[in-house]
Amino acid sequence: MRIQRLQPEAQVKTKGDVIDTILLEPLLTKYQGKKGSLIPLLQGAQEIFGYIPREAFEKISKVSGIQLSDMYGVATFYSQFRLNPVGKHIIKVCHGTACHVQNADAISDAIKEALNVKDGETTEDRLFTLESVACLGCCSLAPVMMIGDEAYGKLTGASSVKIIKDIKIKESQSNVSA
Amino acid sequence: MAQTKVIVGLGSCGIAAGANKVYNKIKALKEAEKLEFELRKTSCIGMCYREPLVEVIDETGSFIYGDVTEDKAIEILQQHVIGFNPIKEYVVKTDLFDTPDKAYFEGQVKIALRNCGYIDPESIDEYEARDGYKAIKKIASDKVPFEAVIQTVLDSGLRGRGGGGFATGMKWRFARNNQSDDKYIICNADEGDPGAFMDRSLLEGDPHAVLEGMIIGAYAIGANHGVIYCRAEYPLAIKRLNIALEQARQKGYLGKNICGIEGFNLDIYVKEGAGAFVCGEETALMQSIEGKRGMPTKRPPFPAESGLWKKPSNINNVETFANIPYIVYNGAGSFNKYGTEKSKGTKVFALTGKIKHGGLVEVPMGITLKDVIYKLGGGIQNDKEFKAVQMGGPSGGCIPKHLADLQIDYDQVNATGAIMGSGGMVVMDETTCMVDIARFFLDFTQKESCGKCTFCRIGTKRMLEILTRITEGKGVESDIATLEELAAQIKDSTLCGLGQTAPNPVLTTIKYFRHEYEAHIRDKKCPALSCKTLLTYEIKPDKCTGCMVCGIKCPVKAIEGEKKKAHFIHQEQCIRCGDCYSRCKFDAITVS
Repeated sequence: MRIQRLQPEAQVKTKGDVIDTILLEPLLTKYQGKKGSLIPLLQGAQEIFGYIPREAFEKISKVSGIQLSDMYGVATFYSQFRLNPVGKHIIKVCHGTACHVQNADAISDAIKEALNVKDGETTEDRLFTLESVACLGCCSLAPVMMIGDEAYGKLTGASSVKIIKDIKIKESQSNVSA
Repeated sequence: MAQTKVIVGLGSCGIAAGANKVYNKIKALKEAEKLEFELRKTSCIGMCYREPLVEVIDETGSFIYGDVTEDKAIEILQQHVIGFNPIKEYVVKTDLFDTPDKAYFEGQVKIALRNCGYIDPESIDEYEARDGYKAIKKIASDKVPFEAVIQTVLDSGLRGRGGGGFATGMKWRFARNNQSDDKYIICNADEGDPGAFMDRSLLEGDPHAVLEGMIIGAYAIGANHGVIYCRAEYPLAIKRLNIALEQARQKGYLGKNICGIEGFNLDIYVKEGAGAFVCGEETALMQSIEGKRGMPTKRPPFPAESGLWKKPSNINNVETFANIPYIVYNGAGSFNKYGTEKSKGTKVFALTGKIKHGGLVEVPMGITLKDVIYKLGGGIQNDKEFKAVQMGGPSGGCIPKHLADLQIDYDQVNATGAIMGSGGMVVMDETTCMVDIARFFLDFTQKESCGKCTFCRIGTKRMLEILTRITEGKGVESDIATLEELAAQIKDSTLCGLGQTAPNPVLTTIKYFRHEYEAHIRDKKCPALSCKTLLTYEIKPDKCTGCMVCGIKCPVKAIEGEKKKAHFIHQEQCIRCGDCYSRCKFDAITVS
């Protein structure tokens, strides 16, 4: 069931994050009084914070009058919503039929090994989150993964790990220069 | 002299293959060198295996170049656009000479995809130039009554392209017969089947065709509200839909008294899904639009009586709507002249998997599977043995090689145990394990089960456990019978179409590939050498040259060995990814 997609508590590292709920104001105004607006509200909140923090739930509930329990029900039903912070780069490995037939498992396994995370988890440095997705719709380039908005096709285990390592190197270089 | 046009295909798969880089390169060169040609954008023409595609239209005709890189783009500009000398070996499609890819287009009839890859999807003028919005204008000028529109759609024989295959005209008549001040017309663009992307290509390539189909549908059933429920994973489709909606409003195709038809008011908006496969089911989809958990509700009441916000509603799929303007403008005969007795017209298929020419094809119903796979699809990758084709996604099944002469229509496909579905065709070769495919789909349905019905929620879980056990070599003799029993119970005891069809991938693989199940269970072997826990990779010391390629490339560093000496795989570390196997040039690695 979908509830299994929630991360275990040990993964929650929200301490130190400042959640500024003022950022939600324009969104709340936009959907004020509109029926059926819960999903767009949650989507909007996730776009702002990268996930839906507790504070956002409480604020939306207070302003819109939607029950927290209903919000939690919806947020945990749909796979799009995240209740925990994610890494800077989200690695989406496609596990659609075409990618599966072209051995997408090998891509996920190699990345899990390289980053030492499980599916759905974030690396300790909060640089990467690994996700499996159903279908990215680039079936003819299978197996495919997407990092940010960039799609990488015709992967092997080794080439996918190399792409991630390159990003890691770039990140550390920009840290040094900064 | 007409100006040369250079058109870059910027659909999602084109962009993934690097089309944006190509477009930017051409644009930069055009500006830097002040070149005289018109640079335009279009979407996917369906030739995904040759992306990125660049079309050059000069005085002599059209030339589509495939596999274009930035370097090739420079060559094309220099030799063809400036030098008027087409580079024949890069051309994949033209009417002027034969190309190796010619067969991909032969046998295709484009009705739903009539504009995809030909127009700029962000330009309403280009859509109008290709008979766009003429169908609704014709209805307005000839004062065609709604009943006549419904009759035309009925006569065309169009059946729902989302998978159900219900007659569209019939559905419209039901919705028309329910009286209400508010009625909804809904477009189902929650294309969730893994391996299917025809709706995405249509929305990205020709959004106005879908809108016009919805407008005509709204006129026929008397709807005044329209919703397009599109999955959030398709950002480009959503963007282009919103552009199209704004253009349509400005031109008066949406709004009040549309095209001068007194009292015909309609507005349409896009509702983004949030990632739930079950929302492709119509009652669940309406729950989701209302902002609830997307769980199916029982029927009756049918959506035509009480649907979205308890108002009469009519839901059709993207491809269904895209066919409508063509049918209404050209008449039912233009559509029903194609196809078989009970399945009329054409159908779009997404060809993927182990096929040479993967992409989007639109073919008349009644074409054989063999023709689609071998003539259009060019056969199997690396010339391996064709084994089966999966149709209908998680609700469908695997059709084996010996049924390749099957004529594709709703009834013949259903007879095999698979379904037409939305048109995904995943081709599998000898290296695909059928037990693993069944497990893959059950894993998908299990995760996506909304949890409402016990048999779907728990039954699929038990089936998945059994299938996983079999692929790990721990299957027991009674497993096949247990799977069949569970499948029958799930079919009988679930509410929605997705639950009822969830066991299909297992049932069809048992039906046609029972021997593979038996090999896993009795001999603990995977005949396709695919189930990883049943495999061992080993290096033959006598063949290994110690080139070190496998050891360097191994993602988990499980391979040890010195230069020019035989290597060794540590089995406990090996993740069985097969990378070394595919890299070894000396056939020194064995898999068993």
